[in-house]
Amino acid sequence: MAARTAEAGASTTVSAAPARVAGAILAMAVGLALVLLAGFVQADALHDAAHDMRHATGFPCH
Amino acid sequence: MFSRILTTAVLAGAGAGLVAALLHLVFLQPVLLQAELYESGALTRPGADGSISAFRNLHGFQPLRDGLTAVFTMLLYGGYALVAVALMSLASARGAVIDARRGILWGLAGFVAAQFAPGFSLAPEVPGAAAADLPVRQIWWMGTGAASAVALWLIAFGTTWIARGAAILLLLAPHLIGAPRPEVMIGPAPTEVGALFAARAFGVGMAAWVVLGSLAGHLWSREDARGCLAPQDGHATRWLVRRSR
Repeated sequence: MAARTAEAGASTTVSAAPARVAGAILAMAVGLALVLLAGFVQADALHDAAHDMRHATGFPCH
Repeated sequence: MFSRILTTAVLAGAGAGLVAALLHLVFLQPVLLQAELYESGALTRPGADGSISAFRNLHGFQPLRDGLTAVFTMLLYGGYALVAVALMSLASARGAVIDARRGILWGLAGFVAAQFAPGFSLAPEVPGAAAADLPVRQIWWMGTGAASAVALWLIAFGTTWIARGAAILLLLAPHLIGAPRPEVMIGPAPTEVGALFAARAFGVGMAAWVVLGSLAGHLWSREDARGCLAPQDGHATRWLVRRSR
């Protein structure tokens, strides 16, 4: 009985976890892409627009 | 799950970005503009002619330039917030309590990982500061940020001494390896300007990150409470059924 309860608990955890982890990974990927865009990409227009912010937030800029 | 993270992160990132942008424009921009006078040669160091004051009339508010700074600051903190809230969601799924007060600790940890740890060896640069090649510094910055973030997670949620030991190594390693440094130090801005800029950059960053963490913690706790009451959540339904028996 205890084993069956544990098994049922485990199966619900497993079914809920992938969606949760996938959502978190997607959010992190989007977040890191934004940080990359704002802080690192060296295209001229981006660099000039983000210049002051990059200096102020400690990113290597030039 | 993604939409809940997104809602919380957009609001927290916008709030933190707004605070950061305002503090930047009041406290950092004047120092930055002064450094640019040295970068362009309009002012020179060391005062060959001591009669020239270093304090010039600087540009006041410049709508386009300062507006872009505000937009990109909010974009950056939005990105940081997405990462922070995603990690909060994973931590809360493991049983960690997330609220506004604990969010302050999350914010301080984010500040350390994303600004203070990289800045410990690669100090925030004023325009015109001498520096090593850009790509090398960027790679070192990213590696240090990532290593420090993992280290802080291990300190917060690790339960073994191995985890804590690994955390200390991850925090120290980038600085023992050393950040890329310029071969010659001929930055035109005086140390007085550079030091003030670095100190204020850290201060503004810390304030913005605390706002980010606290707002995210508060909003996430509300999202979490709402999620637990939703009927499609199996865990909450079971909990309610158990309670009603």
